[in-house]
Amino acid sequence: MAEPIIQMQKVNKWYGEFHVLRNINLDVGRGERIVICGPSGSGKSTMIRCINRLEEHQQGRIVVEGTELTNDLKNIEAIRRDVGMVFQHFNLFPHLTVLENLTLGPIWVLKRPKAEAEATAMKYLERVRIPEQAKKYPGQLSGGQQQRVAIARSLCMNPKIMLFDEPTSALDPEMVKEVLDVMIELAEEGGMTMLCVTHEMGFAKAVAHRVIFMDRGEIVEQNKPDEFFANPQNERTKLFLSQILH
Amino acid sequence: MASVSESLPPPSSTTGPIAWVRERLFSSPLNAVLTILAVWLLVMIIPALIEWGLVQAHFTAATSAECRGHPGACWAFIGEKYRFILFGLYPYDEQWRPLLAVLVLIGLIVATCMPLFWKPRLIVIWAVGLVVVGVLMWGGVFGLTYVEDTNWGGLPLTLILATFGIAVAFPLGLLLALGRRSRMPAIKTLCIIYIELIRGVPLISLLFMSSVMLPLFLPEGFSIDKLLRAQIAIILFSAAYIAEVVRGGLQAIPKGQYEGADSLGLSYAQKMGFVILPQALKIVIPPMVSLFISAFKDTSLVVIIGIYDLMQSTKASLNDPAWRGFSIEAYIFIAAIYFVFCFSMSKYSRNLEERLATGHKR
Repeated sequence: MAEPIIQMQKVNKWYGEFHVLRNINLDVGRGERIVICGPSGSGKSTMIRCINRLEEHQQGRIVVEGTELTNDLKNIEAIRRDVGMVFQHFNLFPHLTVLENLTLGPIWVLKRPKAEAEATAMKYLERVRIPEQAKKYPGQLSGGQQQRVAIARSLCMNPKIMLFDEPTSALDPEMVKEVLDVMIELAEEGGMTMLCVTHEMGFAKAVAHRVIFMDRGEIVEQNKPDEFFANPQNERTKLFLSQILH
Repeated sequence: MASVSESLPPPSSTTGPIAWVRERLFSSPLNAVLTILAVWLLVMIIPALIEWGLVQAHFTAATSAECRGHPGACWAFIGEKYRFILFGLYPYDEQWRPLLAVLVLIGLIVATCMPLFWKPRLIVIWAVGLVVVGVLMWGGVFGLTYVEDTNWGGLPLTLILATFGIAVAFPLGLLLALGRRSRMPAIKTLCIIYIELIRGVPLISLLFMSSVMLPLFLPEGFSIDKLLRAQIAIILFSAAYIAEVVRGGLQAIPKGQYEGADSLGLSYAQKMGFVILPQALKIVIPPMVSLFISAFKDTSLVVIIGIYDLMQSTKASLNDPAWRGFSIEAYIFIAAIYFVFCFSMSKYSRNLEERLATGHKR
């Protein structure tokens, strides 16, 4: 295997006394697509949030694109330029229009000229199929549209890695598919390293190279999707799968 | 055939003026009593006010004797004294200068309120405007006689103290608010100490300190202008309050906004400047404008260190033995001036809130 794009070695993290990540070891290959699942409170969100340092790990090493995450602000900002993130609650900026949301990062972080940033933004809005909403404010869009804007906003930064933190959990049921479709399209283009925390097992089967099951802060089991679903090894995995696959 | 049922107009008993009156004024026995009480109060007050202020009033009078003995208001007093009230001890023949300065200041403030001017060149406009105001007030150049700032007074002084008080205190307050939320303990502690110390002290005592105590600590022969000292006291005082209002706004911004900005790789300054502060400041427009309004009115406290602001010049105008006893007219006059400025601020803030509302607008 080529040099992994993300390496996590013996990563530990505590919230106060609570041991939220226990000895996490994970290598992610370039272009690999991973789905992370597990019961709530199992540390899956915390784990991917450590990758762009929205959370700090307290022990172990995390190396992203050859740069180790330390307290060095320069490194953190460099890594965040390469790592896009899509949140459960979208986290769009409500006081800016959709277009301004999409161009803020490119103009100020990547120092692109405004016209170029806007052209790129429109390109990605078309890809997520809402170019006509460019001049609206996020509050005027439906949840599904907002999440697609959020995906486009991340893509505008031209990231090498995309992190999805339960991107469909806050959506009304009829809007889940429009967001998943965009994510599947992105996956099928290839090239993008994706880590996705989700309970959408259909999505996992369709695009993931690997499924990781976490429980109580540990990676309990990981496997190719068909193996993972057909033939879970660990008792906790079996229990979890029986609960979400009715 | 499955068709959408036709939409009907609302029942007539819930629309129209009669329904409005019934619903808003007489919806319950208590409401009805309050309505009648309010109408009765208005009937008592308004005709009496009109009688005193308009019908029986004297608008012109050569001497105060003409007003005396009449039940109505003596607006002639204002006609006689308005220049002293507005400009204080400023040399009488030169009072066109503070008048012009006031107009320039108001022009600057109005321009600042218009989005049309929200461009970098606004700073240049302000710089030029302030130089003009300074030249007009002090003089000493272009053939204008020099007027010491101890002779300034009235409205220009009030406006200058309030404008600079707010304009300098606002950025200072922002920095204090950000500092108080800083992760660096030294900065955080310093900001907390500053804010709590200043808020724990009345503005009057700060003004006293700046005028009486500060000179004691300064080296012999070195003195800071009294007006400037008062101005600094007002700035330091307002900044602490502004900081707390801004902090309230910052706390109302969800963590997700910080994370969204972080995940794009924005620096701290970019995150605050483009994402957090615009939202936080929008939330705190109402309390912030309250602060500005009270800062404007609090400038009248400078009387205690002998500065002739609008309030003090009004009081002084009442000392003229020839026109004694018309304090009601005088205070109504300056109350109206204060009201015009404060109400404009309030009106503008509501206008600004509407313009900036993007959350639920469709």
